[in-house]
Amino acid sequence: MFSKRLAAGLLALGVLATGCGSGGEPAASGGPITLTLNLFGNMGFKELYAEYEAAHPNIKIVERTSAYNDHHRNLAAHLATKQGAADVEAVDTGFVAQFRGQPQHFTDLNQHGAAALKDRWLPWKWEASLAKTGAQIGYGTDVGGLAMCYRRDLFEKAGLPAARDEVSKLWPDWAAYFETGKRYTAKKPAGAAFFDGGPQVFNAMIGQAPVGYYDTADQVVVATNPEVRKAYDQVLGAVAAGQSAKLVGSSPAWNTGFAKGQFATIACPAWMLAKIQDQAKEFAGKWDVAAIPGGGGNWGGAYLTVPAQSEHTKEAVALIAWLTAPEQQVKVFTKHGILPSTVAGYDKPEVTGLTSEFFNDAPIGQIFTTAAVNLEPQYQGPRAGDIQTAIRDAINRVEEGKQDGPQAWEQLLKDVDRIEK
Amino acid sequence: MTSARTRPRRRWAYVLDVKGSPYIYIAPFFLLFGAVGLFPLLYTAYVSMTDWNLLETTREWVGLENYAELIGDAYFWNSLVNTVSIWLLSTVPQLLGALFIAHMLNRSLRARTFFRMGVLLPNVTSIVAVTIIFAQLFGRDFGMVNWLIGLAGLDPIDWQAGTLSSHIAISLIVIWRWTGYNALIYLAAMQAIPNHLYEAATIDGAGQATQFWKITIPMLRPTIIFTAVVSTIGGFQIIAEPLLFQSGTGNPTGGSDRQFQTVGLYLYEQGFGRYEFGYASAIAWTLCLIIVVMAVVNFSITRRIKSG
Repeated sequence: MFSKRLAAGLLALGVLATGCGSGGEPAASGGPITLTLNLFGNMGFKELYAEYEAAHPNIKIVERTSAYNDHHRNLAAHLATKQGAADVEAVDTGFVAQFRGQPQHFTDLNQHGAAALKDRWLPWKWEASLAKTGAQIGYGTDVGGLAMCYRRDLFEKAGLPAARDEVSKLWPDWAAYFETGKRYTAKKPAGAAFFDGGPQVFNAMIGQAPVGYYDTADQVVVATNPEVRKAYDQVLGAVAAGQSAKLVGSSPAWNTGFAKGQFATIACPAWMLAKIQDQAKEFAGKWDVAAIPGGGGNWGGAYLTVPAQSEHTKEAVALIAWLTAPEQQVKVFTKHGILPSTVAGYDKPEVTGLTSEFFNDAPIGQIFTTAAVNLEPQYQGPRAGDIQTAIRDAINRVEEGKQDGPQAWEQLLKDVDRIEK
Repeated sequence: MTSARTRPRRRWAYVLDVKGSPYIYIAPFFLLFGAVGLFPLLYTAYVSMTDWNLLETTREWVGLENYAELIGDAYFWNSLVNTVSIWLLSTVPQLLGALFIAHMLNRSLRARTFFRMGVLLPNVTSIVAVTIIFAQLFGRDFGMVNWLIGLAGLDPIDWQAGTLSSHIAISLIVIWRWTGYNALIYLAAMQAIPNHLYEAATIDGAGQATQFWKITIPMLRPTIIFTAVVSTIGGFQIIAEPLLFQSGTGNPTGGSDRQFQTVGLYLYEQGFGRYEFGYASAIAWTLCLIIVVMAVVNFSITRRIKSG
């Protein structure tokens, strides 16, 4: 206990020294309260803060944003040392299983009237942040319902149909998708592969399987789940056939790949739309959105939590309840294209009628809400994020020509064993 | 009587002032060092003998188990080999280059101060910015290096994917940043060499090269030892360059096959990717011991440079 306190003190000292400390300053009752939010990426809340502050004159909101991995890494450290977390912390789907395993670090929202709000969300979204103790650690923000984004102009050049509905019909399942890839690759325009990179396609495929990397008893099933190996083999088959641009997801080269038009299709969670619009500005109107092969699937999506160490629990809980309410979530969707997990807003005309000029007037509201409603949720285990990375590396090793499929698989299983241990 | 009574006290105060105050003057450093240097060092040693994982609530004493596991850990040895390789590829050309640049700057040049300050510029740029720009230069599809290679009629290289190619690319970042810094240190030492030695050598008929090898290098011996030891410490701790060389992609594995994961990066992966603080602390202490050994080896090698 002594040493733990020392560690906490030291970490706090470090945090102070580097100026990245957070957490609301204690305020006299009735005085103004500052609520800090630690988020990752662009969650689309910025415009909402002013509205909330206007309605609650004693509240001031400060948002801090950091990169995906850094954010979750810091959160884990701040929770363990009980120092430095913000009043509201975002948690991604890939990490929610890890954090719901430590409910003692979070405010149990069930003690703060969560039950009355429960019906807002897709049922699986609610359950994914529910701890084994019955504590609810977070309110869902967005979901990553999947579609397939594609370049109309490249499809036309390769002699494929380019209209949205016809493209969707090309690939009822992933085998048909890779078959289309073969046709595309035979006549492809120079410098533009069929998809961006093997691991990204694999993510979309495994996201549709009823069971992914874990069974519901939190046992890792990568080695035994036939779906994993099947998707792995299918992706590597397409890589061998020259369908991959071999770009590592989220790398600078990947971003350049959007700008230079190095690929014709990309698996598209709703949040990817914003990414494509940012990176591929020159191709406005040339991108379009079709259905995902196999239908359904989820990639990403987040939660807002209130760490137990917050000194303004009541105010923070009220804020996240407001931010995740359907009225606000609809605004986030229409402005940023980030798809809400609050199903209550899906029937609003501004959602169902939402189209995107950038994506050739694709009815993105309809496409993504349908995808979200239809998706079969998959159980996420505690180290799913680490396993994802190990698989990414395995597929990259094959794409880089360093190993063949079976060699990379063998090394992957060893890596997964280590993660599990 | 009064003077007899005060004299011993004055003498005592005098003794305290002379013998004690130096310690008080240097105390702030040692107090700070104790708090932010020595204590973490000892605490890390303690943590390295526990199975502390940040995500788990319990923590148990495991003795030397982490170290035993480390010795059998292929990824650790891989990272050590990478570290040594990157260190050799960066330090040797760096120090030789610095010596050459210092020698050139020591001559009578026009705008001497401009050139002398110029070589230090790379060192004051942000390491993050430098690494990200170098990663772009070494890009596979649109990198400038591959463009130049293409102009020469050669096939492009996937710099990040290859083991040797990634080591070379990372070493170049280190070389670019630190050569000028070391050159300035050598230059300062060169200017302290008495001019009459060179004059005497010239009279004896020694050429430029002979003077460099017989006078400059031996006179620089303490400086060369210093730079070699400092470069060893820095080279073995290298982490930012390999981490940012694959920026944006998340986990610090140093490439798909850990081809450029250094020991520092492996420590970071274990500690802050997997939250295995016990194991990461064991890596930290092992790395510390390796650095001490390597610094001593380097010290004894460079000491053999003949003096005078």
